[in-house]
Amino acid sequence: MAPTTETIVGVFAHVDTTVRALEELKAKGYHDLTVYTPVPVHEIEDVVERDRPVSRVRLFTLLGGLTGAFSGFMLTIWSAMQWNLVTGGKPIASLPPFVVIAFELTILFGGIATLIGMVVLGRLPKFRPSPGFDPRFTRDRFGVAVHCAPDRGGSVREILGAAGAEEVKAV
Amino acid sequence: MSDQPTGTPTFADVNRDVLRTLEPPGHRYFAWMSVVALILAGGILFWTGQVWWGIGMAGKRVPQMWALYITTFVFWIGIGHAGTLISAVLYLFRARWRTSIYRAAEAMTIFAVLTAGLFPLIHAGRMWFAYFLLPYPNQRYLWPNFRSPLVWDVFAISTYLSISTVFFIVGLVPDIAALRDASTGWRRRIYALLALGWEGSDNQWRHYRRAYGLFAALATPLVLSVHSVVSWDFAMALVPGWHSTLFAPFFVDGAIFSGFAMVAVLVLPMRHFFGLHAYIRDKHLDAMSKLILVTSLVLTYFYLSEIFTALYSGDHFEKASLFWKVTRTYAWALWLMYFCNCIAPLIFFVKKARTHPVVIYVVSILVLIGMWFERFNIIVPSLAHGFYPYTWGIFVPSPTDTGIVIGSFAWFFLLFLGFIKLMPSLSIVEVKETLPPPMRDTRHGAHH
Repeated sequence: MAPTTETIVGVFAHVDTTVRALEELKAKGYHDLTVYTPVPVHEIEDVVERDRPVSRVRLFTLLGGLTGAFSGFMLTIWSAMQWNLVTGGKPIASLPPFVVIAFELTILFGGIATLIGMVVLGRLPKFRPSPGFDPRFTRDRFGVAVHCAPDRGGSVREILGAAGAEEVKAV
Repeated sequence: MSDQPTGTPTFADVNRDVLRTLEPPGHRYFAWMSVVALILAGGILFWTGQVWWGIGMAGKRVPQMWALYITTFVFWIGIGHAGTLISAVLYLFRARWRTSIYRAAEAMTIFAVLTAGLFPLIHAGRMWFAYFLLPYPNQRYLWPNFRSPLVWDVFAISTYLSISTVFFIVGLVPDIAALRDASTGWRRRIYALLALGWEGSDNQWRHYRRAYGLFAALATPLVLSVHSVVSWDFAMALVPGWHSTLFAPFFVDGAIFSGFAMVAVLVLPMRHFFGLHAYIRDKHLDAMSKLILVTSLVLTYFYLSEIFTALYSGDHFEKASLFWKVTRTYAWALWLMYFCNCIAPLIFFVKKARTHPVVIYVVSILVLIGMWFERFNIIVPSLAHGFYPYTWGIFVPSPTDTGIVIGSFAWFFLLFLGFIKLMPSLSIVEVKETLPPPMRDTRHGAHH
C-alpha cells in the first residue's frame, strides 16, 4: 500500500531562511507543518502561531488552582468540625488561618495541573522519535517538516531549497 | 578579566561547553566528594546517637528546645529562596542576566529545601512519627490543628519543594534532550528516558512556553509566602523579640540576601573550574553583587526598625529582651551578625568590588555566617530571656547538634557536587535564547 502522505524535511542553519521557507509554504497552501527549533525564536513563532489559538495550558492551571483553593478550605473546615474544640473564643471554622492552607494548595494543585497540561497537550512523553526529527535540531539547526501528498513532494523540495535549506530529505 | 574569551559563542558552542562540564571528573573532584561524604557520615553517626540515646544528646533543656536545629532549618529554607527568585521573579521581570546562573540556583534551592526538611524531623526526635504532621484519615478523628503556624509550615514547605522541583525538571527537559542527542552509551539511554522524547517541535514549545510562564506566575507568590509562613512560626507566639508584624518581610528579605550569597559561593567556583567565563560574565557578578547590596540595606533598615519598635513600644519585656540581647551572654553573636549583614556588604558600593571574584566570595561567606547567626539571635537569646526569671536559661551547643548541623552542610554540598557532573549546570536553552539567533542576512537580523 502506498503511503497517503509524505514528509519532506528541510534543515536550515539560519532563522531568516527558516522564516522565508515557512512564509512561502503557507502562501502556497501547505499548513501541515512541524517546525523544530533548538530554542523558541520569536521570528519563527510569529509565523507559526499566526493563525492558532493560545495554548490551552492556562485552562489546566485555572482548574487546578480552583480545585486547590476549594479543597484547602474544605479540608480545614471539615476537619475542624470533626472535633469541636473552641480555642481562644474563636469560631470553629475560623477562616483567616485557613486562608494560608488554601493559598498553598491553590499553588500546589495549580502547578501540578500546569505540568499535566503541558505533558498532555505537548504529547509527552514520546517513546519513539517522530520521523521528521533530527538530532541536529537540539543543537543549532532549524527544521521544517512538511507533511504533504506524495505527488506534491517535488514542489515542497523546491520551496525549501529556494528558501535556503542546507539539506532537503524525504523521510 | 583577561581570561575572558572575546566574541559571542554560537549555538553549537553552548552545547559543546555545557557538554564539557559533564566529562568524567578528575581526582580533585573525587577528593572533594570523599571529604564531603566523610563529614556527612560523621553527621549521620551523631544523628544515630541521638536516636539511640534520645534527644537530650542535643543539649535540649527548657526553655532552649529549638536552638540549633530550628536555627539551621530556617537558615536552609532561606538559602532555598534565591533559586526560585531567580527563576520565577526575574523571569517575569525579563531580567536576562538570570539565564546563566538560574540552573545552578534552582538546583541549589531544591537541595537547600531538602536539607532544611531534615531538621524538623531530626528535631522531632522520634522521626518515624513525623507523618503525624500530615492530614490523613484515621480512626481516632485526630486532625492537625490548622490554626497552628507549625502546620502551615508543613504545607508551605512541601508545596515549595514540589513546585520548585517541577519547575526545575520542566526547565531541564529541553536541555536533557540536547544532551541525549550529543551523548552515547549509558548516558544516552538515561537522558533519553529523562527527556521524555522532547524534540523541540513547534507544538511542544508552544505549550512549554505557556506552562513555563504560568509556573513562574505561581512560584512568585509562593516564594514570598514560604518564608512569611516560616516567620509566623515565631511571630504568632507571644515571646518578646518574636511577636512582631515586621517578621514576614524581614524574613523574606533575609532569605533572598542569604540565598544570593550562597549562589555566589556555588557559581564562582563553577565558573572557575568549568571555564564558563564566556557565559557567567562580569555583568552577572555585578548584578548579583548589587542584589546582595540592596537586600543588605533593606535588612539594615529592618534591624533598625526592630530596635526602634522595641524602644518605642514602651513594652517592658520587649525592651528588657532587647537590652539583654545587645549586652549579655549572646551579645557577641548579635554584633557579629550586624557586622556581617550590614557592614561587610557595603563594600559593593565600590564598582571594582562588585566584579572581583575574591571579594564577592569573602563577602558571601560573611553574609552566610551573618545570616546563620541572625536566626540564632532570633531563636536562642529570645527564648533565653522570656517573661519570667524562672523561665530563663542559657543554651550551650553539644557535640551532637553541632555535628548534625555541620553534617547538613556536607549533605547539601554532596548533592550539589553530584548534580554538576550529571546534569547541565548551565541552561543550554536559556543561554542560547540570550544569544543573537543565527541569521544569514545580517542586515535585518538581531532586533532583540
